[in-house]
Amino acid sequence: MNIVVLVKQVPDSGAERQLTADGTIDRENATRVINEMDEYAIEEGLRLADTTGGEVTLVTMGPDEATESIRKALSMGAHKALHVLDPALHGSCALATSRVLAQALQTINPDIIICGAESTDGRVGALPAMLAERLNITALTGARKLTVEDGSATIERQLDDGYQVVQGSLPAIVSVWDTINEPRYPSFRGIMQAKSKPVTTLSLADLNVDPSTVGSAGASTEVVQHAPRPPRQAGVKIVDEGDAGDKLVEFLLAEKLV
Amino acid sequence: MSIAVSGEREELRKLVAEFARNEIAPVIGDFYERGEFPYDIIAGLGQLGVFGLPFPEEVGGSGGDYFTFCLALEEIAKVDSSVAITIEASVGLGAMPIYRFGTPEQRERWLPKLLAGEMLGGFGLTEPGGGSDAGSTQTRAVVDGDEWVINGSKAFITNSGTRITGFVTVSAVTGTKPDGRKEISTIIVPAGTPGMTVGKEYSKVGWRASDTHELAFDDCRVPLSNLLGERGRGYAQFLEMLDEGRIAISAVATGLAQGCVDESVKYSHERQAFGRPIGANQALAFQIADMEMRAHTARLGYYDAAARLLAGEPFKKQAAIAKLYSSDVAVQNARAATQVHGGYGFMNEFPVARAWRDCKIFEIGEGTNEVQRMLIARELGLPQ
Repeated sequence: MNIVVLVKQVPDSGAERQLTADGTIDRENATRVINEMDEYAIEEGLRLADTTGGEVTLVTMGPDEATESIRKALSMGAHKALHVLDPALHGSCALATSRVLAQALQTINPDIIICGAESTDGRVGALPAMLAERLNITALTGARKLTVEDGSATIERQLDDGYQVVQGSLPAIVSVWDTINEPRYPSFRGIMQAKSKPVTTLSLADLNVDPSTVGSAGASTEVVQHAPRPPRQAGVKIVDEGDAGDKLVEFLLAEKLV
Repeated sequence: MSIAVSGEREELRKLVAEFARNEIAPVIGDFYERGEFPYDIIAGLGQLGVFGLPFPEEVGGSGGDYFTFCLALEEIAKVDSSVAITIEASVGLGAMPIYRFGTPEQRERWLPKLLAGEMLGGFGLTEPGGGSDAGSTQTRAVVDGDEWVINGSKAFITNSGTRITGFVTVSAVTGTKPDGRKEISTIIVPAGTPGMTVGKEYSKVGWRASDTHELAFDDCRVPLSNLLGERGRGYAQFLEMLDEGRIAISAVATGLAQGCVDESVKYSHERQAFGRPIGANQALAFQIADMEMRAHTARLGYYDAAARLLAGEPFKKQAAIAKLYSSDVAVQNARAATQVHGGYGFMNEFPVARAWRDCKIFEIGEGTNEVQRMLIARELGLPQ
């Protein structure tokens, strides 16, 4: 089975994150990690490869530094990688990203594409559906469980108050939440083996994508304004002088919490 | 001498640091408090390939080197040195003697599981009556038919009583040499061999998440083929490995010392006194700067000894210096770090309190610091 996992390098959501002057994320000075949700997608892809005897190809779009994340995912056990690298991609919106990735994915012709349900930087979460549209394949989004058999994929689609069982035929794109598995750590042997695994780099020209349709130039959305999160306000302290219960209820009512 | 931490070494170091931060740090305090062995953590580190680092792939190793192994130990010890010592002992005292001196059958039987971290090994050298003084060995092994019959006892044996302990290699007197001295050999005793009694877990001051027992041998019988290495060369062979073991111990001690710095830096940002974070007080800032200086210098010591080892150069003196210095530094940094933490430094739930309890053993284990000074003096050619 030809399995593709989409991987995005993001600034560590646990560390300090900054925007640059043009409203894009400062990736250069950030602590860079694999998007957390993508680690679950990698794990799911590796498990699927183990049970079906398939191969996992990583696909990423990002600057030079993204090779760090590719290396890590390869050392977890993925077989090879495709890196779309082009300076014109800087500032790409989700729509443009999906255009580029769709072109890249067509060179691989996967049976199944697995990706994280959202990235911790942009948090748009629309890419899986966009790719399904562009590639005209099944979209199974927000999975907490995935089963693949007889040319179809079945997921448990995670909802706030339960789950739906959704089934569709392959080829399909499946986006996953962090409830789906427990990602493995790479091993030292994996790190050593990753060095000799093939990583193909493709530019926009290689993919026949017009640079003016992507990046900041071709962005369909624009960050107009941004501001840091305001510091937390001090809370209300209720001292019990026999009426703490009443005060508590008053507070909850005033905040419309009950 | 210099040695580079780059490429796959750096990737491994980061990987182990991530594992230590995510999988060890949140839970190890509870294991430590209960004096419980952290099997899942050991299994996880096994899957990372840490136990196999200094061994080639053809015997089941990860294909790294001894220095990379030391880097991993330092990262683990930054969080908890009792986990680090479990690995150090299983690799350095359990697996390494078998890799170096074992027969093909012994290697095949023990190494794959040891190097995967699925089995632990120990080495029984120290006895209730003496440690580094080999001449005082009382445990005896005599040949009876096709078996060794072992009698005696061993003290403070790391990894000897876990449920994944595979064997303990025991040093024993097997005869008298032509010059009248004791002939000492080493024999592999598989866990569960009748006649070997594993005493109850010691109540240790520190390293409480590691496994340490006394062992008693009462007509304990193992096949003659369990002799490890040459008969009568057991102690000499063991000494060869103690030298590199000191580099690993130094890496663990350095990790403890660096962990003290890291915790102190964090705490000095969080803790407020007199309207500002305590780290803004020069009295504390200077203490922490000194701690960093000591940890850094200790690291250079073991890096240098490891570089010599990898280059095939003599490293006996450098290993002794690294062990001696880093253990001193571990004690000094643990002392300073608990002081930085004030009253909380005396509370078990704070990592620096664990460091304070753990640091002392570094001055004692793997050759006391007095023995290290003796070795250094000997290497300097001082009159004997």
